[in-house]
Amino acid sequence: MALPKEYDDLPGTIVFDADRAREGYHLNMFCMSLMKPQNRAAFKAAERAYLDQWPMTEAQKQSILTRDWNGMLRLGGNIYFTAKLAATDGLSFQQIAAMMTGSTQDEYAQMMIKGGRPIAGNRSKSEWKNLG
Amino acid sequence: MARIIAGVATSHIPAVGAAWDNGKTDEPYWQPVFKGFERSKEWIAKVKPDVCIVVYNDHMSAFSLEIVPTFAIGCAAEFPIADEGWGPRPVPPVKGHPELASHIVQSVVLDEFDITIVNKMEVDHGLTVPLTLMFGQPKEWPCPVIPIAVNVVVYPVPTGNRCYLLGKAIRKAVESFDKDLRVVIFGTGGMSHQLQGPRAGLINREFDTRFLDNLTVDPRALTKISHLEYLREAGSEAIELVMWLIMRGALDDEVKEVRRFYHVPASNTALGHIVLENAQP
Repeated sequence: MALPKEYDDLPGTIVFDADRAREGYHLNMFCMSLMKPQNRAAFKAAERAYLDQWPMTEAQKQSILTRDWNGMLRLGGNIYFTAKLAATDGLSFQQIAAMMTGSTQDEYAQMMIKGGRPIAGNRSKSEWKNLG
Repeated sequence: MARIIAGVATSHIPAVGAAWDNGKTDEPYWQPVFKGFERSKEWIAKVKPDVCIVVYNDHMSAFSLEIVPTFAIGCAAEFPIADEGWGPRPVPPVKGHPELASHIVQSVVLDEFDITIVNKMEVDHGLTVPLTLMFGQPKEWPCPVIPIAVNVVVYPVPTGNRCYLLGKAIRKAVESFDKDLRVVIFGTGGMSHQLQGPRAGLINREFDTRFLDNLTVDPRALTKISHLEYLREAGSEAIELVMWLIMRGALDDEVKEVRRFYHVPASNTALGHIVLENAQP
């Protein structure tokens, strides 16, 4: 296991480093397979059976089956791969971003129109602790 | 002798490509975005580059976790458009410039930049959205394009300084090519944005403005921005801005800003765009 990382303090952010990439290799390669239309169809027809072709952990499979978008990232997924699963579901980047922040589509879109999530109060985990 | 005459930087947001492809350019949400590029399109139509070098990142379309090159250059004659999950974008295939691309490889590797040669590669929105923004949607792209793909997805990604120095090596390579070609180099991606996790949607206008300002007047200050600072101040995907520094490194020390555009939001992202010309033509 690597030493503590300087970016561990970032709130609500998972940095896709070599440790994450190793843990999430099969989860991400499953997502990669969804770039082919025939694979998208096969996955949609029988999700569990399709997932069982990859040597993923049960937790990783469950995160996919339940579309736990943050869970997939915590278990080694990367957003550019999980976005391929989102596309298979007909969801845009903005739609899954809203889900990952726990907002409704409309709330998230409005936040962006108003200039996005501000940097003030969002730099470190210590600032998030104070939210109560 | 070939020369790099100007640099273009722009975000490469996929939703911008989708808005164009689906005829939404006049919708109130998207209209300001496309209007912001009108004068840049006029500029590049006048400049008429013979070749564009486009620095971008592959979003796990051509590459995956199987192979993660830090720097890769497309040396093929043609690059098909990737299917990113919605079917390929309805844009023309990208024609390469194998002769200049191979020459760049020859030169930068001997200059100690160990770039990966790619002879078969599909290109995704990272490359095609900037082309759409600058050229619209012609039947064919107006000039050959040399893709340079940078890993900005799997950490550690190259430092801003390394990117800046690669830009200088690319410039040296271009200038030792024995044909009179006028080259425009694109740096793409950014600006502040975070696509993932509970902090998604982060935008930092001050960071972006400072970055745009310094791109012209003090690029060396930008080469000192650490990965942690990009992550913390501008969001996890803002690290793409290191690719702008490849473009900047390929220009003269002294440049003039001929165009700038900044708009929030485009989907999840602060869209930034700048056009720089070498001050001494």
